[in-house]
Amino acid sequence: MRRKSPYGKLGISGRGLVVALPYLWLVLFFVVPFVIVLKISFSDVDLAIPPYKPLIEWVGQNALAIRVNFNNYAFLFTDSLYINAFLNSIKVAFISTLLCLLIGYPIAYGIARSTPTTRNILLLLVVLPFWTSLLLRVYAWIGLLKANGVINNVLIWLGLIHEPITMLYTPFAMYVGIVYSYLPFLILPLYANLEKMDWELLEAAEDLGCRPWQAFYKITLPLSRNGVLAGSMLVFIPAVGEFVIPALLGGPNALMIGRVLWDEFFSNRAWPVASAVAILLLILLVPFMMWYQSVQARESAGTR
Amino acid sequence: MANSGEAVKSAPWRDPAARPYVEIERVTKSFGDFKAVDDVSLNIYKGEIFCLLGASGCGKTTLLRMLGGFETPTAGRILIDGEDMTGVPPYERPVNMMFQSYALFPHMNVEQNVAFGLKQDGVPKAEIAERVATMLELVKLGGFGKRKPHQLSGGQKQRVALARSLVKRPKLLLLDEPLGALDKKLREHTQFELIGLQDKLGVTFLVVTHDQEEAMTLASRIGVMDHGEIVQAGTPSEIYEFPSSKFVADFVGSVNIFEGKLLEDEPEYVRISSEELGGTIYVSHGISAAPEAVVWAAVRPEKIFMSTSQPGVDAGGGGHVTDNVVRGTVQDIAYLGDLSIYLVKLPSGKVVRVTQPNTSRHAEAITWDQQVYLTWDASSPVVVTR
Repeated sequence: MRRKSPYGKLGISGRGLVVALPYLWLVLFFVVPFVIVLKISFSDVDLAIPPYKPLIEWVGQNALAIRVNFNNYAFLFTDSLYINAFLNSIKVAFISTLLCLLIGYPIAYGIARSTPTTRNILLLLVVLPFWTSLLLRVYAWIGLLKANGVINNVLIWLGLIHEPITMLYTPFAMYVGIVYSYLPFLILPLYANLEKMDWELLEAAEDLGCRPWQAFYKITLPLSRNGVLAGSMLVFIPAVGEFVIPALLGGPNALMIGRVLWDEFFSNRAWPVASAVAILLLILLVPFMMWYQSVQARESAGTR
Repeated sequence: MANSGEAVKSAPWRDPAARPYVEIERVTKSFGDFKAVDDVSLNIYKGEIFCLLGASGCGKTTLLRMLGGFETPTAGRILIDGEDMTGVPPYERPVNMMFQSYALFPHMNVEQNVAFGLKQDGVPKAEIAERVATMLELVKLGGFGKRKPHQLSGGQKQRVALARSLVKRPKLLLLDEPLGALDKKLREHTQFELIGLQDKLGVTFLVVTHDQEEAMTLASRIGVMDHGEIVQAGTPSEIYEFPSSKFVADFVGSVNIFEGKLLEDEPEYVRISSEELGGTIYVSHGISAAPEAVVWAAVRPEKIFMSTSQPGVDAGGGGHVTDNVVRGTVQDIAYLGDLSIYLVKLPSGKVVRVTQPNTSRHAEAITWDQQVYLTWDASSPVVVTR
């Protein structure tokens, strides 16, 4: 029999409370703001504070008028700027994810195969950058990449180049920034997956005639699929809406949806359009999030 | 009696002209200062089931892994079917291994697991399908081809692992504690199946085990390992009846060991006086040891007779009536059904283990604290000098 809690009479159990708190948090700070954004996305622009017209208005004495304005959404599809920004964001996020995977997989694999002591040090090194603010780290890249920055100076000093290479405010700099910032999000779940790997399987594969790289391709890679997917989603989803890194490193041509959203909201004060962009972005990402969730569920269920 | 040619055929290690199939020549494996395998030489013949028997850490698994190509010998070399295996990677050796954990690929079903090695070798599809089906039939997993490893029981997994390592028809199959994960009943059953399968396929088996009963059942020959060395190699009955040292006598089966001094050392017999026993031991065969040397006489528990009355039997040959007889008190009894184990305490304080088959359902029972006489045949003790 379960012990009766002192709050039993009130209908509140300790367990209920523990579950309720995070949900309360989510309702307050996610659902409510989301509903507000959704509401604004259906409003008209107004020269007022806040700069939009209310959705629900009293007309006359006993009549309530709801005016749902779909123009903001329609507008996004008529101006190619938004579609291009969406497509470009997806492209950038996709390439960044791929680059993270190419760099991160060997790192995660190396960590998983190292001895327990070195493993802890290596994991610490992966997590260490989080101890500094993202903004500071991205600014540091400006110092590294600019025309008279560290990298150019070293290359000139080595005599490899004579003129500084333009790196800052190029797509290259933007990719460097995104890959650098999101790499740990790929390494950690992938490491967690690889760490559970039974390395004797690789010996078994070799015993049955596989060269080491074949064993990797046929055994390790398929078995780490869930880790790859989880890590990739953790990079891809936030990278699509990334604003800071393209703004600081990517230069004026880096057309990303996060940037567009910022411009609409702060420069144009077009809150309804900005909200519509935000909602569309969310809708775009929901399938990926659901995919990520199902991968996570499979991973924790332990079935491959 | 079988003629000598027949005997050689079933025991090729007795035939000096026979070419060993697997030759391990003075192989050493060091990890830093530690010698896991220390100057081991061993010949294994075609069609044998050779068991490496030893406690954990004795180097038996390291030796097995060197045969598989997963470890490189520090010194010495290994030949399989006359071919030097030095520098040959695991994927090019005519050897397959059955891992202790089975190491089944979790993302593949039973068929894919078994077909893996054949696919890797580029065997035609139709042949793969046929060989996989035959092998699964052979290990009695006919209907299980589409199951994933996590849907199988321990015994079934073991069979898949066996099928996977046998389907490539290796020259030598290495088995690392093949039955270690199975429960006792299933283990006994599987032992005999393994022997049957080996007989049918003619593949040479090298089995690593710490379970002496398993080694006795499976092996054509056993190599007992201790501290990286093979201390004795021979047929199960040789190992059991003629252990070469205290360690082997004690490790294989249970044994009573009496320390003593050589009193008489003749070519046909020896007499040992043992304080532990509180008497003399007469052995009807000669040994080679220095006079007055400290020796140990090992007597198996089932070779000791126990009675409540003083036996007046002659020890035979040059034996005296006082040889090979000792009085003690029954300290403990374990009834195992088919036999009973008695622990008999001697006046010296030494406890002797005696087993008696329960041949009769209503035997007059020997009970706790009873005075008993223990005797054994003059041919029973084995005298070892180390």
